[in-house]
Amino acid sequence: MSGHGRKVGETILKVEKLRVEVRTDRGNGPTLVHDVSLELKRGEVIGLIGESGAGKSTIGLCTLGYTRGGCRMTGGQLFFEGRDIRQMSATERRALRGPGVSYIAQSAAASFNPAMTLMQQVCEIPVKHGILSVAEAEATAKRLFRELELPNPDTFGDRYPHQVSGGQLQRAMAAMAMAAKPDILVFDEPTTALDVTTQVEVLASFRKLIREHGTAAIYITHDLAVVAQIADHIMVLRHGKMVELGTCDQILQAPREEYTRRLVAERVAGHAFREDLDTGEAPLLQVSNVVASYHSLLRVIDNVSVEVRRGDTVAVVGESGSGKSTLARVIIGLLPRQSGDIRFQGQSLPPALKDRSKDQLRRVQMIYQMADVALNPNQTLHEIIGRPVQFYFGRSREDVRKRVLELLRLMDLPETFINRKPGELSGGQKQRIGIARALAAEPDLIICDEVTSALDQLVGEEILRLLKKLQEELGLAYLFITHDLGTVKRIANKVAVMLKGKLVAGGETSKVFAPPYHPYTKLLLSSVPEMRSDWLDEVLASRVQTLAAVRAAQVSLPG
Amino acid sequence: MRLLGHRLTIPALIGLIIIALNVIAALGAPLIAPFDQADVVGDAWGDPDPQHILGLDNLGRDLFSRLIYGARMSIGLSFVITCLSFFIGVVTGFTAAVMRGWVDLGLSRLVDLLLSMPTLIFAFIILSVLGTDLPVLIITIAILDSVKVFRLARALAMNIAAMEYVEVARVRGEGLWWVITKEILPNAMAPLIAEFGLRFSFAFLFIAALSFLGLGVQPPDADWGSMVRDYRDMINLDSLAPLYPAGAIAILTIGVNFVVDWMLSIHSRSHGEGA
Repeated sequence: MSGHGRKVGETILKVEKLRVEVRTDRGNGPTLVHDVSLELKRGEVIGLIGESGAGKSTIGLCTLGYTRGGCRMTGGQLFFEGRDIRQMSATERRALRGPGVSYIAQSAAASFNPAMTLMQQVCEIPVKHGILSVAEAEATAKRLFRELELPNPDTFGDRYPHQVSGGQLQRAMAAMAMAAKPDILVFDEPTTALDVTTQVEVLASFRKLIREHGTAAIYITHDLAVVAQIADHIMVLRHGKMVELGTCDQILQAPREEYTRRLVAERVAGHAFREDLDTGEAPLLQVSNVVASYHSLLRVIDNVSVEVRRGDTVAVVGESGSGKSTLARVIIGLLPRQSGDIRFQGQSLPPALKDRSKDQLRRVQMIYQMADVALNPNQTLHEIIGRPVQFYFGRSREDVRKRVLELLRLMDLPETFINRKPGELSGGQKQRIGIARALAAEPDLIICDEVTSALDQLVGEEILRLLKKLQEELGLAYLFITHDLGTVKRIANKVAVMLKGKLVAGGETSKVFAPPYHPYTKLLLSSVPEMRSDWLDEVLASRVQTLAAVRAAQVSLPG
Repeated sequence: MRLLGHRLTIPALIGLIIIALNVIAALGAPLIAPFDQADVVGDAWGDPDPQHILGLDNLGRDLFSRLIYGARMSIGLSFVITCLSFFIGVVTGFTAAVMRGWVDLGLSRLVDLLLSMPTLIFAFIILSVLGTDLPVLIITIAILDSVKVFRLARALAMNIAAMEYVEVARVRGEGLWWVITKEILPNAMAPLIAEFGLRFSFAFLFIAALSFLGLGVQPPDADWGSMVRDYRDMINLDSLAPLYPAGAIAILTIGVNFVVDWMLSIHSRSHGEGA
């Protein structure tokens, strides 16, 4: 199926009016994909972009002749080298997967078998399909590891999945997909779970891989700036329907449809710095020289000091593992600090949760990243939002209900939601409930832990707007933990940059994010994808020096 | 056919019918049974006739009536024991999972200790020391059974306690009882109910075994296990008498397990759909 007569420019996949519907034993469900058509030529990359539920992954999986449980392809054709995938038997489809079409999933960690070495798993497909002998497959794997710029390509395959980093695992997955020399690679949000700095590297090696092998690819993502670096054509999807299809530059520079325009504008607009408000008042929260660790000698938080004043939005940024979420846990007392002091309104907070008074607990609230697990699925919104009101203020049932309705209105949610459970809400609505629950305690400070990163861009934007509105109305202070520097620039007046548990830069956003930068801040800033198709080339060109500077700076860090 | 919004499978339907018939027999024993369980109505081992459809037993009591009263005793007893063992097991298991540290360590080792001893032998020792009153019997079996519930409850609660909504409740300052009953229990309900069904059958068989050995329900109260013991010699004389109570035990156990299997399949399916 592969390897013969590869000609760039020849149509390899043609999807015509594909329709996917939900079919379960309880009857027909909604239509997930409405008559979507696309054509993919050899050597070409098409980007599928849209919010969650837009049908992008469903289309990607259909090219493998697969639908998720309960879904069925009910119309249209998918021609792979002239043969309709829908008409293929189960055996033919199995032969297609691997050598014909290969899939790279978002979560590489969940896609690898932890009990087998990477080499065994990368070689599995070509050996099973009888394309390569074990020795040939191993040689191919090593070559792919080298092309993907993995460390020690000759021995990399001997490791187990847990022994490599997330970015490396994601690249190993690309090697696994590439091992059988497929005609089409399907990338399903492969960099979404990675840090921005890692994303750049992974993205660059993916692009190199696609270009060198002349493989056609479908690149699925919700991030327009990411897809702009890699795709020739972009298809914008919404609610399973095609909104717009065009070349990369056309979509970015001259979007025809209103929805596409909003997607583009969301990333480009609003990079204005917030003014710093120095009222001369005593700080609300003062974290000074705090050290904390999880039962080990390794300091997860190492000598960190942060100050939050009333009305402030202080952003804490850094990669995963930098200790930013741990800082939040130390402030709210879930992880007792080992040394240093945390003062709230001038009063020192006890390190452990159990020693804090009800009032101290009430004044600092937290909003979580995953609203799904932060809301009890078995409680109604009335119980979820009403409990803090009852718990902290001991109001009567009638008053609690009134307050819950008031908070729902404040969140722009209908009052009829009061008896719903979290499962009946969308992602954005769940996050609003998380905010409402925090507000129910009438706090002075809210810690927002990656509150928008699990949401679609436009939905996340609404949440940010809501938080801003609440801050203006209620004079709240936010400690905003995030890895998204675009968000930081827009909403935070102060910023603290963390690297491996240490604070590397801090102060007013306008100063920290302006030259002269700390080298690490520069690396972070340069890693945020921009809406230009030449952004990746520019970043890669200057990257070597930036990385060297970060390394040099790390050595000179105190402690 | 559907129940609780899920399609009922044929085995589940059969199981539900079996359970319903048994519960009716247990609740309405005095109304359904033609005679009292202790009444001597004829000669020992009298043959079946229209008045005594299953015949008479070793003392001339009506076998059919004793079978129905036996349902009341066996099912009622197992139900009370299972409820009690769940109460003990769930509360201690959840507490161990939420408190962690020394509490968890202490409770878990105690449970390991109890688990390391053969249950039947252990029950023997306690019952021969304390006597075979019904309350003693109930409490003994409930405690021995609760260690198995503890294991499951602790494992379930460990997963749920790691959820952020439990963290939210703890950060809010909620007490242990609130966290256990309001945050964890509702989310552990499905597997616990399935386990309840399973434990119910085990308790049922355990009482039957104890009664068979003479340490369970005492005469003249009828109970399926002691009936099997009393009539067991008759198997040599081509009598069906011991097979009736034995069959009743087997059928109810199968019925309960059919329903439990169905509930477990719903539970795993709804998880799959959510993913």
